[in-house]
Amino acid sequence: MMRFLTSLVLGAALLAGAAQAQNQPLRITIDEGIIEPLPYAAPNFVPDSPAAAEYAAEIARVLADDLTGSGLFREIPSTAYISQVTSFDAPVQFADWKAINAQALITGAVSVSGNRLTVRFRLWDVFAGAELGSGLQFAGTTDGWRRMAHKVADAVYSRITGEGGYFDSRVAFVSESGPKDQRRKRLAIMDYDGANVQYLTDSSSIVLAPRFSPSGDRVLYTSYQGGFPRIHILDVGQVQQRVLQSQDGTMSFAPRFSPDGQTVLFSLAQGGNTDLYAMNIASGQSTRLTSAPSIETAPSYSPDGSRIVFESDRSGTPQLYVMSASGGEATRISFGQGRYGTPVWSPRGDLIAFTKQSKGRFHIGVMRTDGSEERLLTASFLDEGPTWSPNGRVIMFTRETQGASGRAALYSVDISGRNLRPVRTPDGGSDPSWSPLQK
Amino acid sequence: MNVLSKLTVIGVLLALTACTNPADLGDGNAVDLNGAGAGAGSGLVSDPTSPAYFNQAIGDRVLFSVDQSTLSAEAQATLGAQAQWLLTNTDYNATIEGHADEQGTREYNLALGARRANAAREYLISRGVAGSRLKTVSYGKERPIEICSDEACYSKNRRAVTVLTTDLTG
Repeated sequence: MMRFLTSLVLGAALLAGAAQAQNQPLRITIDEGIIEPLPYAAPNFVPDSPAAAEYAAEIARVLADDLTGSGLFREIPSTAYISQVTSFDAPVQFADWKAINAQALITGAVSVSGNRLTVRFRLWDVFAGAELGSGLQFAGTTDGWRRMAHKVADAVYSRITGEGGYFDSRVAFVSESGPKDQRRKRLAIMDYDGANVQYLTDSSSIVLAPRFSPSGDRVLYTSYQGGFPRIHILDVGQVQQRVLQSQDGTMSFAPRFSPDGQTVLFSLAQGGNTDLYAMNIASGQSTRLTSAPSIETAPSYSPDGSRIVFESDRSGTPQLYVMSASGGEATRISFGQGRYGTPVWSPRGDLIAFTKQSKGRFHIGVMRTDGSEERLLTASFLDEGPTWSPNGRVIMFTRETQGASGRAALYSVDISGRNLRPVRTPDGGSDPSWSPLQK
Repeated sequence: MNVLSKLTVIGVLLALTACTNPADLGDGNAVDLNGAGAGAGSGLVSDPTSPAYFNQAIGDRVLFSVDQSTLSAEAQATLGAQAQWLLTNTDYNATIEGHADEQGTREYNLALGARRANAAREYLISRGVAGSRLKTVSYGKERPIEICSDEACYSKNRRAVTVLTTDLTG
């Protein structure tokens, strides 16, 4: 279970002698305009042994899945290649790659020694005939090969878009099985692309809505263990959990970490009324942030920790409000037709993602933090619970299908509303929480 | 609903579960793993002191309108009869489970279920049942009893279910 956290030590080193590109014409600017995916070629990384060849092929596949899956890149199939890359250090035949309109070329090498795996790569701007950035080398144990592939993809994405990547990240979620009226739920964690699923709880109690800590080492969630919903905190590396919040005669749910990881925001229901509280994890002291007869729930901090966006039905229907992190007066920010819930502040600070229910349909949407420029990204029978990718460019959420055989699954969509994709999970899945990029 | 045919069905169920010992009710969670107030309860419907009578003849649940936690006249009548029963049968306590239909976010529905359970609890207290005998729990939309995605099912899922227990921790 601890494989990723302890046994994989990734070393990154600049490769000597890499050429510096003067200007960087190879660039995708991510905005709301239509993007034609950038065509690239990634010939199999050159292996130094038959064992390395197997890893090279797998790494190439994960790299391509990451880049193509982002919706920003299009892989040129190897059948179109004019030249092959048989040596990592041989000069690149730019004309051959230009001829098949590969704007970017990724070359690499893989070597294996015992259980040590080393991956080197270079990114080339084919039309400029120059390297983009410097060559990089990642080294670790062989069972970390997927992470190395994700790290290469993050580097490529980052160099071409000028923004951070999101591929070397994990997702905590609720694995669901069984029919709607006997749904079994287990807390699980996996790579962002659905690989390496680990189960963290059994299905003896209902578990809901895990939330990663800002450093990715802990997960908050709600569990019915003991018969009532209470907030639990789990150490991901040790797979040890404990009850964080428990007060007789109350229910606590909808927890979320503060950006510094030291405070938990949550909802507490007492006497039928649900309000927001903040708890210092170290001291266990809670501060009440709202006290109204209405429902206040689903709180989320701004990335600087100064403000909280939350959901309240104080106006008669659930809407979104922003207040200071210390509580007090709240400003309503949602004014469209319908009901709004589960607001989540983007890690970039620029947008708030939310669930919207309107005319019998559910949507995932984004708006500016003052409520302006609302845009709906999805529509279905039931979409809910958005979570942001570490770079604030992609949103993952739960989609549940209609009717007696309804099933929950994870989907992702980018913030322009393009590239809607199912996320592969072994069973059904719900309530995703995206981790920060792994170190 | 035709009461006679309903009771007939219950009679059949009871025949299958007739061996249930009332003492088994002691584990509040084990009684109702699905949070759906499932099962006919123990004893005979014809015995007014039995949980079966409470669950079926009185009715263990009340229903709510969309987004609402106000009690209809019918709900008040059911809860009034529940209160009478609880005042007579003091060996039993109750956990009131609040539920919502699937139209709403998970968090909001948890809060809404808490409101509904509390509305039922407050009504029972207003009719004389000691608050120390009544717990509440919300399941939000996690435990529907009907699974279609139509109002026919939603209306039955928006409910507060009074589940009898024999634990006296109050």
